[in-house]
Amino acid sequence: MKDAFGIPQSLLVLGGSSEIALAVARRLVARRTRTVWLAGRPSPALEAGAEGLRALGAEVRTVPFDALETATHEEVLGKVFAEGDVDMVLLAFGVLGDQRRAEREPASAVHTAQVNYTGAVSAGLVCGAAMRRQGHGSIVVLSSVAGERARRSNFVYGSTKAGLDAFAQGLGDALHGHGVHVMAVRPGFVRTRMTEGLSPAPMAVGPEAVAEAVEEGLRRRAATVWVPARMRWAMAVLRHLPRAVFRRLPV
Amino acid sequence: MCVSRMKDGYIFSFMSSTTDAPAPVPVSGWGRTAPTAARLTSPRSPDAVLRAVAEAAGPGGRRGVIARGLGRSYGDAAQNAGGTVVDMTGLDRIRSVDAENGVVVCQAGVSLHRLMQALLPLGWFVPVTPGTRHVTVGGAICADVHGKNHHADGSFARHVRSFELLTADGTVRTVTPDGTPDLFRATAGGMGLTGIVLEATVELRPVRTSMMTVDTERATDLDDLMARMAAGDHLYPYSVAWIDLLARGARTGRAVLTRGHHAEPDALPRRLRRTPLDFRPGTLPAAPRLVPDGLLRPSTVGLFNELWYRRAPRARYGELQRIPAFFHPLDGLPHWNRIYGPSGFVQYQFVVGHGQETALRRIVEWIGRHGCPAFLAVLKRFGPGDPGWLSFPMPGWTLALDLPATLPGLPGLLDGLDELVAAADGRVYLAKDSRLRPELLGRMYPRLEDFRRLRREIDPRGVFTSDLARRLSL
Repeated sequence: MKDAFGIPQSLLVLGGSSEIALAVARRLVARRTRTVWLAGRPSPALEAGAEGLRALGAEVRTVPFDALETATHEEVLGKVFAEGDVDMVLLAFGVLGDQRRAEREPASAVHTAQVNYTGAVSAGLVCGAAMRRQGHGSIVVLSSVAGERARRSNFVYGSTKAGLDAFAQGLGDALHGHGVHVMAVRPGFVRTRMTEGLSPAPMAVGPEAVAEAVEEGLRRRAATVWVPARMRWAMAVLRHLPRAVFRRLPV
Repeated sequence: MCVSRMKDGYIFSFMSSTTDAPAPVPVSGWGRTAPTAARLTSPRSPDAVLRAVAEAAGPGGRRGVIARGLGRSYGDAAQNAGGTVVDMTGLDRIRSVDAENGVVVCQAGVSLHRLMQALLPLGWFVPVTPGTRHVTVGGAICADVHGKNHHADGSFARHVRSFELLTADGTVRTVTPDGTPDLFRATAGGMGLTGIVLEATVELRPVRTSMMTVDTERATDLDDLMARMAAGDHLYPYSVAWIDLLARGARTGRAVLTRGHHAEPDALPRRLRRTPLDFRPGTLPAAPRLVPDGLLRPSTVGLFNELWYRRAPRARYGELQRIPAFFHPLDGLPHWNRIYGPSGFVQYQFVVGHGQETALRRIVEWIGRHGCPAFLAVLKRFGPGDPGWLSFPMPGWTLALDLPATLPGLPGLLDGLDELVAAADGRVYLAKDSRLRPELLGRMYPRLEDFRRLRREIDPRGVFTSDLARRLSL
């Protein structure tokens, strides 16, 4: 069960090799989390993530999970929920994609969309239904400020996150009153492997900052969390800029 | 293709309920943290409770059942995510009152408020009342509540002659301290996990008026306070201190100590002597529904505490107070828990034994240094411990404080306090708890294993369970 501060005792991470997800998991394990399921495509990074959490004292199990294989989600995730209550699901898988390549090869854009959006919709609904049955839980969805307003330089990724963010909001409303809390996390630029080689945007943060914001959001049972918090106000301005101005911004 | 299949399967199931069982509703404790959804049933008779438990124990009820009274436990004791919560307040009959010997037989859903209304005119008072009279008799037994008279009279369960307990196998057993000692000790303070108390026989305290004679003293710091309590508590049946946890330095632990006893008729002014047993508690309008987080912060609470301390007389003896003002000041503001905002609050209550005053002092200093905006902090000196295996009181000092759940650094601070409490062989109160680290529970409650063993015996399938039980592996 989660405690008064929303900290879970059991955690299921979808996208278990994500650096942000592992930073969140480390932080939660340091508080109360004892059982962690790392779901992801089998890889050395997934096993290394599991080892890291075990070293902190958690009981960690890895589960083969592929966001693209939506037909398997019900079975794979159903097995995890059958083992006992899952207090929190962290939906963390996602790819950045390459915008230029996407414009040349639409198939690569479809891949980004299927991982970031379609896969998340499928896994989110499966987990939502399971949590509704157990009557409690938190679903934390890693969205992005990129979904707030699509940028010329990155609109394929941005549009998948826009869809994901809207999905998370709707899921939260569908589960409202059923004891399940859905929280969309909207980080700005996070310095990870995914963004390696890119020049950091303003207000860039590390994965630890996202973890801290997640913990705080759980405590407040927030529906939306911005990382850093002041990103909320920056985006409020950017969202209202006239199109012609926004298009010319070097963002 | 996949997605559309999902849609059929899931969106539909989100929107509709497939059985005639009541739809789940969110349930939380008085602190309003960590709400979870459960099917809430409100039986009006013991038979209906039996049916609700049988259903939860049957094939359709995978997630068990827990009884709930008036929901004054601060944490998750009366919640049961995905399962059934039995609202016991419909079982509200007082069966009989023995006005000669002071014994009441009543159903478990009767509140102490109701008992006071019925019994005070007959010259009887409840044996023990916590800081609110809006608790049920069943809840008072299962949390084994204590009051300002603990040092003299012990906890609530000490005054319970017997009760009827519905257990997981569907039988109703009569439980007494001598006839069935194990079941009695497991149930008193057992947080409803041994079964559902249906009815209880409780011994009462005779009173001649409904007024209290109260002595108030200010204590300049924690040592002064403890010295006054140790020296004088035995002269009073009721004693408690409000403590200013924001005061620091030389004033750390400054407090207002109030002690009293039930007033004798000749202490009453002439106009009250005609109706000495009158009991008509008044209330303010309820606290508004929408209060933002962050109203209670060190600045506002510090100001309140300063005024509260200065308002109290340095010493005043023989003041007459009504029962609600003396015992239940917060009951005057219905839904006062809303003032902490939507994120709710945490109540932290611990006890450390006599001889562990250093630990208490350290904890009070820590809380002060952290700048905790605690304005409802009380210190009480407990008497001998109580029979329940999970009963909270033990001889020593208990401190209770309320803190907003969003207070920065609070989870870590409270984890640190737990360690200090456990190291001092103390414990925290399960009726208040919403965040204890489960590993510490066994150190705090040495009879925990006995409790678990008995639960396995009488309820092997775990029909009775709660969020608290899941969180702490009770």
